[in-house]
Amino acid sequence: MNDRGTRVLRLDALARVEGEASLHLRVDGGTVTGTRLRIYEPPRFFEAFLTGRGHTEPPDITARICGICPVAYQMSACRAVEDACGVTVDGPLAELRRLLYCGEWIESHTLHIYLLHAPDFLGRADVVELARDQRAAVERGLRTKQTGNAILEQLGGRPIHPVNVRVGGFYRTPAADELRSLAERLRQAREDALETVRWVAAFDFPDAVCDHDLFALRAPGHYAIDSGTPAVMTVHGPGPALREFPLSRFERHVRQGQVPHSTALTATLDDRRYLTGPLARYAINGRWLHPVAAEAARDAGLGEPGTAVCRNPFRSIVVRAVEVVQAVEEALRIIDAYEQPPRPAVEVPPRQGAGVGATEAPRGLLYHRYALAADGTLTEARIVAPTAQNQTAIEEDVRRAVQARLDTPGPAADDEELTHLCERAIRNHDPCISCAAHFLSLTVERA
Amino acid sequence: MATEPGPGTAPGPATDPRPTLAVWKFASCDGCQLTLLDCEDELLALAARVRIDHFLEMTPAEGADGERASSYGRGPYDLSLVEGSITTAEDAERIQHVRRISRCLVTIGACATAGGIQALRNFADVEDFLAAVYAQPEYVATLETSTPISAHVPVDFELRGCPIDRRQLLEVVTAHLAGRKPRIPGHSVCYECKRRGTTCVTVAHGTPCLGPVTHAGCGAICPAYGRGCYGCFGPTSRPNLRSMVAQLRHDGMSEQDIQRVFHTFNAASPEHAPVPDLAAEEQDSSRA
Repeated sequence: MNDRGTRVLRLDALARVEGEASLHLRVDGGTVTGTRLRIYEPPRFFEAFLTGRGHTEPPDITARICGICPVAYQMSACRAVEDACGVTVDGPLAELRRLLYCGEWIESHTLHIYLLHAPDFLGRADVVELARDQRAAVERGLRTKQTGNAILEQLGGRPIHPVNVRVGGFYRTPAADELRSLAERLRQAREDALETVRWVAAFDFPDAVCDHDLFALRAPGHYAIDSGTPAVMTVHGPGPALREFPLSRFERHVRQGQVPHSTALTATLDDRRYLTGPLARYAINGRWLHPVAAEAARDAGLGEPGTAVCRNPFRSIVVRAVEVVQAVEEALRIIDAYEQPPRPAVEVPPRQGAGVGATEAPRGLLYHRYALAADGTLTEARIVAPTAQNQTAIEEDVRRAVQARLDTPGPAADDEELTHLCERAIRNHDPCISCAAHFLSLTVERA
Repeated sequence: MATEPGPGTAPGPATDPRPTLAVWKFASCDGCQLTLLDCEDELLALAARVRIDHFLEMTPAEGADGERASSYGRGPYDLSLVEGSITTAEDAERIQHVRRISRCLVTIGACATAGGIQALRNFADVEDFLAAVYAQPEYVATLETSTPISAHVPVDFELRGCPIDRRQLLEVVTAHLAGRKPRIPGHSVCYECKRRGTTCVTVAHGTPCLGPVTHAGCGAICPAYGRGCYGCFGPTSRPNLRSMVAQLRHDGMSEQDIQRVFHTFNAASPEHAPVPDLAAEEQDSSRA
């Protein structure tokens, strides 16, 4: 293999990611000159489907955007509709929503850690091959994932596209003793989750540093999951700087554009490349981790939560593992304090207006905006999914990883090695490609 | 269940007696193939019984030589599970290829079985949708319709649901391994409600519920949570829509709401379309 000439590398289908995408990489004379993540997932037009629908319908409809993070869509949709209607859901109903979301974080993160991502670090093709020599570890992962699903099933009716979520709250809330068996499982899951942090912290991580701006919700007092104010951490200048803006101004800061090679949009935040997801959340919300999760993060070498910023995308698996501990602790806290509310939902009478909602999907910030007519009919819908926001950062990470390898003295990398490296760099971000392809915003930037 | 192969004993295709399984994705949310990964208690046992040769969400390897998988597998496969509907010209070609290399082809979920929620485009002008969603629609290739797999190739079995039910998926795979027909009952959600002992939400509370015309399979979850069925498993084989629509009106649903509830996750199912316009029919009969 000769890195001096021109090489074009094509990965026709990315494996162990959700949805379908390919990668096109071009190397000219030892320099990476092009990385194009092509998302060829067919478009599904959800924003068009939502227009003309009633204001109670978005939670069920938008859940169908993504089988891996339906709760994220349901929660952002509920918040946006309730915002438009001037209703706030708080108290035990808000806590139950967060409990449901914890279930999704536990399930989705554990799926990614064990079934999709860990095989990269351990040189295995997939989880079945991994189970041949690390059976106990895989069983631990499946058990943890199952506990996340148990929360979703108990509260939501089923793990994929839960039926019990409605605008204003739930159709039915559980009695306190119905949650008791979940608490028992969660205490086991806490041990498993801590073991997972230790397991992944011992993996070998390539050296890498990303300089993307970091973007996450911030909710002082809580590690943000289901609410918060958009916050950006920039790296340029004298040191990390944090600034916030109201959610109502989201679309003034986040601008989406379309590129010819992809059915997903790309986005910039104040004209800069940025990253949303675990690394951003940990940097912005780290100081509000539960003590057990904070200790796990310290022991795993992530630095002091709240001040340390992890900028190595390959270590995102460690942050994800810490977030599973956090979600387990949070779920236990909610169940311990839970008393069944008198009503399963608050009334959300429709009114004319617009509303916005954003929550932290496992892969990052998920934003919805709806405009309603007086009778509740949706007249406009806009949704910005995490993977579309991360696409440019992912491409840049791929470029850096390949360039770093080409610059390494010694034997040149063959196509197989580069292919594997590209896939790893992409999987670090757990891209949800089904999500990314569905939201193509109306924002038009024309020359 | 057979015992696990030990470390380093992965048999090659020539010696491996296990049937081969492939999982394919077309336009969809990935939820139905995720259901396979949600079989936490059974996943490793299942992987011992079948060789998962093509499943992009789970594995890059294809076949015993470890060659990378692509969107087009090599096959042949004993059992292909197909998720998603056909919405692009390329996918219309690809499903032909999948059929050719599959001995048995089973669709999983509402998208593959009935066109899915993306079939809402079938009732609109797709050019309008493109213009509404994309700043530069010329970058996006799409068909005017979203069609089920059976509109393109012969299908051996259709498993319904948005999403499918995990237990039903295991039944389909197990039945295939045993060489028998899957035991998937064709009755309505009402039967499952009765079996579960759930009080009828329509009788007790006047809650509109599509249970009488909806295919069983979910376990009647919605009524157990105090809401009416919204039809995510699609229609039973011969739904009595006339009576259903009359009941929904009686329970307070507007004509518009009735049309919408049938036009969501299984919009293109012929048994649910067109929903009879009872108001117009009554007007006609009163005139006559």
